[in-house]
Amino acid sequence: MFGLVTYILLAQLAAFAIVIFFGKRLPRGGDWVSLLAIWSSLAAALYLFATQMLANYDPHYFQGFTFDWLSWGDYRLTIGYAVDNMAIMMLVVVTLVSAVVFLFSVGYMKGDPKYSRFFAFLSLFAFSMLGVVLADNLLVIFVFWELVGLTSYLLIGFWHEKDSAADAGKKAFIVNRIGDAGMLIGILFVFTTLGTLNLHEISEGVAAGRLSGVMLTITGICLFCGAIGKSAQFPLHVWLPDAMEGPTPVSALIHAATMVAAGVYLTARLFVILTFDASLVIAYVGGFTALFAATIAVAQYDIKRVLAYSTLSQLGYMVMALGSGAYMAGFFHLVTHAMFKACLFLGSGSVIYAMHHALHHIHSDADPQDMRNMGGLKKHQPLTFWTFLIATVALSGVPLTSGFLSKDAILGGTLAFAMQHPKHWLLPVFGFSAAALTAFYMFRLIYLTFTGTFRPGKEAEAELHESPWVMTLPLVVLATLSIFIFYTLPNFNPASPRGGWFATLFPDPPRAYESTMVHSAGLEGHEAEASVHGRAGAEGGTAHALDEPAPPDIDRRAVETPIVHEEQSPETHEALHDVHHRAHSTAMLISIFAAGLGILIATMGYLWATLNPATWQRRLGVLYRGMFHKWWFDEIYGATAVKGTLLLSTILGWFDLYIVDGIVNGAAWLGRVFAFIEGWFDLYIVDGLVNLTAWFVGIWGRIVRLFQGGQLQRYILYTLVVIGIFIVLKVV
Amino acid sequence: MGKLTLITFLPVVGAAIIAFLPRDNHKLVRWTALLTTAIVLVIALSLYPQFDKSMIGINDVNSFQFVEKASWIPAFHINYFVGIDGLSFPMILLTALLCFLCIPASWGIKKGVKGYHSMFLLLETGMMGTFVSLDFFLFYVFWEIMLLPMYFLIGIWGGPRRIYAAIKFFIYTLIGSVLMLIVILVLYFNVRDPVTGAHTFNMLHMMNQANHGGILSLSTVRILLWFGLYIGFAIKVPVFPFHTWLPDAHVEAPTAISVILAGVLLKMGTYGLLRISYPMLSDATRTFAWFLALMGMINIIYGAFCAMAQKDLKKLVAYSSISHMGYVMLGMSSLTSAGMNGAVFQMFNHGTITAMLFLLVGVIYDRAHHRQIDGFGGLANVMPRYLGIFSFAFFASLGLPGLSGFISEVMVFVGAFPVWRTLTIISIFGIIITAAYHLWTLQRIFFGATNPKYENLPDINGRELFTLVPLAAVVLSLGIWPHPITDLMNSSLTFLGHLVQGTLPL
Repeated sequence: MFGLVTYILLAQLAAFAIVIFFGKRLPRGGDWVSLLAIWSSLAAALYLFATQMLANYDPHYFQGFTFDWLSWGDYRLTIGYAVDNMAIMMLVVVTLVSAVVFLFSVGYMKGDPKYSRFFAFLSLFAFSMLGVVLADNLLVIFVFWELVGLTSYLLIGFWHEKDSAADAGKKAFIVNRIGDAGMLIGILFVFTTLGTLNLHEISEGVAAGRLSGVMLTITGICLFCGAIGKSAQFPLHVWLPDAMEGPTPVSALIHAATMVAAGVYLTARLFVILTFDASLVIAYVGGFTALFAATIAVAQYDIKRVLAYSTLSQLGYMVMALGSGAYMAGFFHLVTHAMFKACLFLGSGSVIYAMHHALHHIHSDADPQDMRNMGGLKKHQPLTFWTFLIATVALSGVPLTSGFLSKDAILGGTLAFAMQHPKHWLLPVFGFSAAALTAFYMFRLIYLTFTGTFRPGKEAEAELHESPWVMTLPLVVLATLSIFIFYTLPNFNPASPRGGWFATLFPDPPRAYESTMVHSAGLEGHEAEASVHGRAGAEGGTAHALDEPAPPDIDRRAVETPIVHEEQSPETHEALHDVHHRAHSTAMLISIFAAGLGILIATMGYLWATLNPATWQRRLGVLYRGMFHKWWFDEIYGATAVKGTLLLSTILGWFDLYIVDGIVNGAAWLGRVFAFIEGWFDLYIVDGLVNLTAWFVGIWGRIVRLFQGGQLQRYILYTLVVIGIFIVLKVV
Repeated sequence: MGKLTLITFLPVVGAAIIAFLPRDNHKLVRWTALLTTAIVLVIALSLYPQFDKSMIGINDVNSFQFVEKASWIPAFHINYFVGIDGLSFPMILLTALLCFLCIPASWGIKKGVKGYHSMFLLLETGMMGTFVSLDFFLFYVFWEIMLLPMYFLIGIWGGPRRIYAAIKFFIYTLIGSVLMLIVILVLYFNVRDPVTGAHTFNMLHMMNQANHGGILSLSTVRILLWFGLYIGFAIKVPVFPFHTWLPDAHVEAPTAISVILAGVLLKMGTYGLLRISYPMLSDATRTFAWFLALMGMINIIYGAFCAMAQKDLKKLVAYSSISHMGYVMLGMSSLTSAGMNGAVFQMFNHGTITAMLFLLVGVIYDRAHHRQIDGFGGLANVMPRYLGIFSFAFFASLGLPGLSGFISEVMVFVGAFPVWRTLTIISIFGIIITAAYHLWTLQRIFFGATNPKYENLPDINGRELFTLVPLAAVVLSLGIWPHPITDLMNSSLTFLGHLVQGTLPL
């Protein structure tokens, strides 16, 4: 089995190496090498899915394989594969979406001068992503995590002649690095306290209480920072919409189905070690992102941007689900969303492809991605339309689709959480409002794109064609997989995944803080107080723990279990079950209502024209402008973080050049001044004295010489004068 | 004659041969130099299979390898005493490799070819000698030997401000040397050979506290000596605020000399701290480890921000070196096994990665005759192969996993985090700034519309690739499997960490 896993992983790397170095010399730019690698890996992944996951049908299925990698002192860091249900499921999702996207790219990227390189990068991406999925160790996850970021950078900036594409790639990498820095700190916290980075050993260590309390909360949040970056959660969401500068297959594969889901995947992997406070932070980040991104999607006109914000919003759902304890629901939505969102992106690619041709034909430089330039595509691209519609319905959460099942599971889980913790009523509100908005903006997109008349005019319309089969086949595959039946088997219940293979194989695991709950029944007074503090997440937890130096184990419970207002007895367990049941049926009704409302308003606005969008945009005023301008986050970050960093670097550069080096040069200058003064002193004072002496002697000699002319008559005269003076003096 | 003597003095023999070659036969001169450095590289590599990785070295003469010892100036107890351990061997390999690759990288030198190559080979002797010396006087002699050819190589074959840069480099380094000389003399007069009872320059005797006497028993004196050595070495590393000679020297130096300067000479500073300050004045090291960590952090952050502000590509790379040497300082200040190993591994990796960067700067400078980052633009489609290897080097420099720099940085962080938590966390944020200035530079040079001025620049050629590909191979393979280098140093550095911490298992 590990041979097969290794094949899946290394086939992509080999394909990358072959295509990047020899692609240009291979027929068809070597695209078939990449395709061969990924399709065979899909077959292998499906084989594992059938023979390991389904055949064993065990929620706790696990196969590991480790070997030594790094070492220092006596320490050996082992790495390896962790193959469990989640890994196999992810293998299938990643290879499946990759396989159809690779195929789609054959059509979409045809004629691009860098066609070959595109496939090389895609293969490198698949390799890195599969690495994230298979790793059993936080450090290895981090390694592949950053490699995925690299391929994302390379593919977003694929058309780097455009400044916007180059900017977007850079932005994606740097924003992700911010999250990664946090994640690295989290990894270091784990390593210093537990001495291991193996996922399995980490959960064991946490269960044994070797990392707990505030430290565990901080660790969890630090690690979650990586997920915030990669899954583009608020406040690091800004890179994902810009990432749409990449070719559309890239958006479908990396920025909708797989890479951005890596953050959710990581959070799911860490699920068991999250404390209550850390979970709360995660739930609020996710919930807020879900709603916040949906509001922006409502006001966008670029077809890919609408989908991008929709992706943000859906990732927010998954994160919120994991935060509020609905593990199965979060992971379930990851899988279903991967299918229909990839379908939507590829569908938009098919539309853009047709639009590009049509607009090119009439020599229009109108934006082929702007929905205001579209309309009526339904009759020209029927296959694209119908698959797009199925995926849209799934995303909107309409019954009979996979999206309905998974979204409902999330909303139900969130509602149940809020029913247990009434203080957190905001979470389901986030969820339901986002659901209504989702249905609205998706149908708005459908109507603007596929219905009505083609706005650029008849001449261009004649040039609209359905895309070739390499592009439509992927759409059909993905749209088919958006139907509920694939996820509920062996049941045929379109209302609930319960009892189906997915729900059976991915039950919600117990968490570290929940397992301590049982012991803490006697600590109610303590908890009541803790829950007051615990609300604000990490900071609250920290403050609380610092106020109160309690023994570690009590401290841990205090911080982690504000949950336990109810008694932990068999009856409560029953009650808890009941809460979940009630929550789910309520949630289902509300979510169907929300979706219906959204669809209705969109239909009234954009199909029946009973509501005028322009009027409503005016009426909403600043609210609409905020949505349209993405709540000005790019501007805010540009003015603060980016400008601030550049300013600081300029200041430090100046400081270095003029102050630090100035001191050095100043010292050198002082040395030279000193040397000059000394030289002057030497020349004029020291040597001057010497010369003065000489001069003095010279003068003296000259004076004396006056009297020593060598003439005898003068000497006689001097003698007479002196004798004369002598006589005069003597007489006087 | 032992192999260490060979690798140390073969280059100077080559230099002597070159001196007798005809002035105009550039080809012969170059091939002689290439052959000499190739032989040195082969000998250095031939040490590898014989090198016993479990031997510690550091302060024990018996576990040093390839030791040679002969009396040199008996009146002052000065010996020719050389040997290597896990600390010096990786540096020997690095030096031999870079020197070999620098000769083809100097193919473009047209002026004074004979002089250039003799000076270069003399420089190699100085570097090798410094890394193998176990006698402090000998160490000092080699240390000074490096200075002279470097001064001429920058001052004669450098850019427009070469005289300024050469003098700045020379005087700055000389100040450090003077401080070191004072410390050497103080040590000499206060350390006694345990056998003969005479004064000694033997480094290993100096490391044994039992041999210390006289004013060395005063802790103030030991701290003063420690700071004397620190300044001497910090100038070389260079540590803030003694770093400003570096950007000037790099900008003016010819490509190959920048490679040697950043690749090997900077390592002398941290090597000196580890080889000399750490074991000889371990108590002071322990007391001031926090200071080393702080300076490491400052180097990382300050260097990164300064790099971001640069407009000259070579200056940017120079500042990135300052930032990357900060990781070495941070790692070694932790005294933990992971940190010490990470530090020396980072020394090695920085040597290979920064060598690539300087070679790449040389490639573009040879074509465009300037290095202004904003003066290019859109080179991606003009020079695709150059873009490929340039991005490889840049991503290695920003610590991309899968490449060697990442492993050493992680080891440094893992080692330093439990000891200096806050400083390490601040340093980790340096990786964001590092990513930012690397990618920004990449974009300004390669992306966007093609600059019409450079539409016809030829792509990187075979000779240039010959200098870069071996380094890329080393960076990639050590990034995946670091053991060929980390295994060499593990026992020595783990021991050194314990020695300084005073936690040696007895």
